[in-house]
Amino acid sequence: MPLAEKLHFFVDLSRCIGCQSCIQACTECDTHKGQSMIQLDFVDRANSTQTAPVVCMHCESPTCAEVCPADAIKRTEDGIVQTARKPRCISCNNCVLACPFGVPKMNTEMNLMMKCDMCYDRTSVGLKPMCASVCPSQALAFTTLDEMARLRPNAKPVNTFKFGAQTIHTRVKVMVPADAPKETVDVTAAMYERTIGHDILDDVFGEGPVFGEEEA
Amino acid sequence: MTETATPPVPGLDLKMIREFGPFRAYATDARVDTGVEPDRTVKTHCCFCGQQCGVQLKVKDNSVIGIEPWYEFPFNRGMLCPKGVKRYLQQGHPDRLVHAYEKDATNPAGFRALPYADAIARVAEAIERIQTEHGPDAFAVLSGASLTTEKTYLMGKFAHMCLRTANIDYNGRLCMVSAGAGNKKAFGVDRAANPWNDILGAEVILVTGANVAECAPITTNYLWQAREHGAKIIVVDPRITPLARTCDLFMPIKPGRDAALFSGLLHLMIENDWLDHDFIEQHTVGFERVAEEVRKWNPRRTAEVTGIAEKSIRQAAEWWGPAKTSFLMHARGIEHHSHGVQNVLSTINIVLASGRIGRPNCGYATITGQANGQGGREHGQKCDQLPGGRDLANPDHRAHVAGVWGMDPDELPQPGVDAYEIIRKADAGEIKGLLSICFNPVVSLPDNNFVRKALEKLDFFVAIDFFLSETARYADVVLPGSLQEEDEGTVTQVEGRIVRINKAVDPPGEARQDWRVIQDIAKALGREKGLTFASPGEMFEELRAASKGGVCDYSGVTYERIEENFGVFWPCPDETPPGAPELGPQGTPRLFEPGSWNPVAKGAGPFYFPDGKARFNPTPYEGPAEDVDSDYPIILTTGRVVSQFLSGNQTRRIGPLVDHYPEPKCEMHPRLAARLGIADADWVTVESRRGTCTVRASVVKTIRPDTVFLPYHWGGRKSANQLTIAAQDPISKIPEYKVCAVRVTKAEAPPDYAAVLEPQQ
Repeated sequence: MPLAEKLHFFVDLSRCIGCQSCIQACTECDTHKGQSMIQLDFVDRANSTQTAPVVCMHCESPTCAEVCPADAIKRTEDGIVQTARKPRCISCNNCVLACPFGVPKMNTEMNLMMKCDMCYDRTSVGLKPMCASVCPSQALAFTTLDEMARLRPNAKPVNTFKFGAQTIHTRVKVMVPADAPKETVDVTAAMYERTIGHDILDDVFGEGPVFGEEEA
Repeated sequence: MTETATPPVPGLDLKMIREFGPFRAYATDARVDTGVEPDRTVKTHCCFCGQQCGVQLKVKDNSVIGIEPWYEFPFNRGMLCPKGVKRYLQQGHPDRLVHAYEKDATNPAGFRALPYADAIARVAEAIERIQTEHGPDAFAVLSGASLTTEKTYLMGKFAHMCLRTANIDYNGRLCMVSAGAGNKKAFGVDRAANPWNDILGAEVILVTGANVAECAPITTNYLWQAREHGAKIIVVDPRITPLARTCDLFMPIKPGRDAALFSGLLHLMIENDWLDHDFIEQHTVGFERVAEEVRKWNPRRTAEVTGIAEKSIRQAAEWWGPAKTSFLMHARGIEHHSHGVQNVLSTINIVLASGRIGRPNCGYATITGQANGQGGREHGQKCDQLPGGRDLANPDHRAHVAGVWGMDPDELPQPGVDAYEIIRKADAGEIKGLLSICFNPVVSLPDNNFVRKALEKLDFFVAIDFFLSETARYADVVLPGSLQEEDEGTVTQVEGRIVRINKAVDPPGEARQDWRVIQDIAKALGREKGLTFASPGEMFEELRAASKGGVCDYSGVTYERIEENFGVFWPCPDETPPGAPELGPQGTPRLFEPGSWNPVAKGAGPFYFPDGKARFNPTPYEGPAEDVDSDYPIILTTGRVVSQFLSGNQTRRIGPLVDHYPEPKCEMHPRLAARLGIADADWVTVESRRGTCTVRASVVKTIRPDTVFLPYHWGGRKSANQLTIAAQDPISKIPEYKVCAVRVTKAEAPPDYAAVLEPQQ
């Protein structure tokens, strides 16, 4: 059974609390027990508690598949980009290097590229993926566009990303503020934008003495 | 060649650790075999925190092989934190105690196994001897709030009826008692006032002293969901927690100054007339005295004391004051203080002044810590309590419970002392014997070097546990008890919702369900009267009768009703009292609704006092018991991380959780670190008047520059509670974990444990 067209995977980075529940749940997935296909890191722990989960974005035109010399990476009709096929994968790492989101990982023991397949065993039978099921902040969510619009009226889904000259459309959607001016996230440009938030943190704790300076 | 076992050395009990762990378990065999199908799934709840998320355990051949989300359970709808996902790895663990043990000085590991029946006989003999020689109170009991309500009921009955000792207390003394005492003083009842659905739709949500994202992760989605629909979220905390990172207003309070902040907010509410005069007049008493008390807490003074900018205090008041709906929640951050009850009451004062309670989207709650942090504090394992939230000092209450138990009320002991006082009495030689279950005071009590010393003085100490906890290392006899998934019963979660714990597997080896162990001891003592239950269900039936008519009335709750309704909220009497509205199948999800009935007010009003009115309580501000000075110039505050739970006896044995955050780190602001010449990941020694602890530094901008933070989940030399102070709240007796004075220096060398212990040990 294909994944229902109306069901979508949403990522909302503003909600992430870094608990790693997604990682732990990913290792419980019946198709790759014991291994997580998600990465979750602090963005800059010295300055902030912000964390960012990275799941496969399931591109319409997957770079990983495009660069695969062995044609090992398949995208299903319903838009899910699969783990490399074992008989074909030559563990060349092209996909690992080429994916703009940094998703595929080489399992060196198995000589196989493995990646998130949006819990196809679950989603193709109407269940939510493990990570989006457990996520306590629902930074990872799996539902319909209508339901998302009802639950989160102040945010909108975006699924177009620019990396320099490359524009990518993805099945996974990222939630951005509803009043964000653009319908596209320009990832390369954002790397050079001034970070919001850190300057606010500098201010929060004031400029007062740490301890003992009064007497000095 | 025999090695002589020496007394445990904090953190370096190497031979015991090699025998009993903690070691890390990872998924192997059937747990990672993609071809294995479970025999069945069991709907139950998480074994860790007070949220009590519903979860399904996948069971095969008497082993829990994984989890499956339980989407239908309405509180969490499948959501789980990492602890809940990986909890199943505690079952079938290599460290699991499958025999009874007794201390054996000739064994390198310190213990030798002995047959279960022999161990029970030794325990009974020791209890009999100590109580004959030194009186019934010389044998004490320490219990816990991670036990099912049935077991907590049994522990109270075991102490009060079988042992006839006054000295039973529980580890909720470290957790819920400030909130409980404050709630009883203000509302006359101790329960979260609202179901969590009331968070959704609140205009303003004030979260104070609660690291929600790490300690009650599922609540995060409720808060974010409220924000999606316009709620303003205010977070009060000395650290920018993951929740605080994107809140609408962050108030970086100096630890220990909470009552000052809330007095300051009430001052502004009064100054701007952001008050519900009708509510205050009709449903409360004592407002004038409180108004007088907060008169001096103008914004400037509040800012000076709390360390929060005056403009932030004004902003918080401007949002909170005139809001139409609101929810205030707090946790240990304001409660773990020598003025914890005052802090709690100061938050309740701003709720009562707003009149926003007892209605949809108008709420107030403390976030419970342990699985049964709520139910575990209701039915008689607290030192002054009898089932149903009754008082051991109240003649009517004694008569009711003695009647259910079939004993003379005069034979019931009088109220005993709190958990820390039990330790002090052990140190003083007044308490000679101790039974502990579900409590790891060597890790979890403050100033734990003292706790160790006191335990060593006991004539006899028996610990019931599933793993050899740091505390059980001091026991003369260790009895193998049960994991949560090896027994059934009920717990009452954060909202006051009673839920069903279902058994998934049998206890291994000679281990057995905790309630059977307790009853075996009673039988060996020849005092089994009233302790011959054949199942948790039988205990629950008796608990229903014992709680009937009390504040925490469970008489209308049955296992079937719980399962049919995804839980039942107490109070839930079995018959509708005259003049009371009929309750729905879920009991009482929201307290204090207009027109509601309770057994104290009997219709006079919604609050649990004879006049039905809530109480304002003056909260004069006093600073922490130990303030900083030139010798110890830095504030230490302690808390939790998301991947570990409490003393870590379970979570430090679960490999993937240990790997997430392996060892304690001392968080400090870069300005403080620069002043001390410390760089990120340096070894640093944190020292208080009570002890020292050497850990790695985590230099982060997300903490007040005058404060350092240590998580407390580790034992021995990694234990933060070597440093904390045993100052206690005079009313609740909660210890002051959240503020004491320390100095911090860069360590010249790694600590001696670093070369020999694994991270979790």
